[in-house]
Amino acid sequence: MVPLSWYLALSAVLFTIGVVGVIIQRNIISLFMCIELMLNAVNLTLVAFSRFLGDVTGQLFVFIVMTVAAAEAAVGLAIIISLFRSRETINVDEADLLRL
Amino acid sequence: MDVNTLLNTIEISHILFLGFAALCVVAAFNVILQHNPIYSALALIIVLCTLAALFVTLYAPFIAAIQVLVYAGAIMVLFIFVIMLLNVREEESKTDQQKYLKYLAVPFFLAMLGEVFAVIKTVGAPPASANPPGTVESIANGMFTNYVLPFEAASVLILMAIVGSMLLARRESAADTNLIEDALNAANRSTPMPAIETVREIEEEVAA
Repeated sequence: MVPLSWYLALSAVLFTIGVVGVIIQRNIISLFMCIELMLNAVNLTLVAFSRFLGDVTGQLFVFIVMTVAAAEAAVGLAIIISLFRSRETINVDEADLLRL
Repeated sequence: MDVNTLLNTIEISHILFLGFAALCVVAAFNVILQHNPIYSALALIIVLCTLAALFVTLYAPFIAAIQVLVYAGAIMVLFIFVIMLLNVREEESKTDQQKYLKYLAVPFFLAMLGEVFAVIKTVGAPPASANPPGTVESIANGMFTNYVLPFEAASVLILMAIVGSMLLARRESAADTNLIEDALNAANRSTPMPAIETVREIEEEVAA
């Protein structure tokens, strides 16, 4: 049996890669994919704890997280399309109308 | 420790975990280092599929199935649709305000990794539970008894997301504006409809 800490370590690595991706990417679609990566890292933690504690609640949380991720992707991609129509760019640095 | 005892301590589950984990981490690095978003999306699909395999090793077959169906299927198809639809050429940033931020990424990566591992070390190692919880029956039991309120809230959230994304991505065309103006004019019309006037005229003529 693989110990719990291995799963947690993999989840930590994935989450950190997602955070670094948000920092270094300027393409807004890639930023979204990095957010999906982080959500999946959290899902792995939840499923691993659910397995090792013998409690199904973690898997229900994963279900809800997936729902929220789907809703977030739909709304976010609609915003990206609308941004691209008005600004002709998907670079996040150029969408800075609200900046002082 | 000679080779035989080493081989005896290795389980097949360890080999599976290490293989899938290595593939997952490599693909995750590929997601963040590619410049073209379509390659990032393909790498992300690999990450999602390897995570589904890891869910199977955690005795969560239902979650693994919806990971493949919903995430790798529906959500990633949505991403690839948008990438294809926008069809953005690879371009250098004109402003490049964040030029030095990427050199901060490596120390930040190491710091955060150390932080998370420090937290993980405080977590004890509970022995694996004897009865794995991941059957469809147990998930449905939990979802429709204790957690029915979050379930219903999620359905309302999905409805709001559908309506919101349609509203956001709608193209405002001149024809739409004309339609709306016509409808407003029709609603505000105070004079009677022409057909009614004609009927009245006929009635007056008959009476005369």
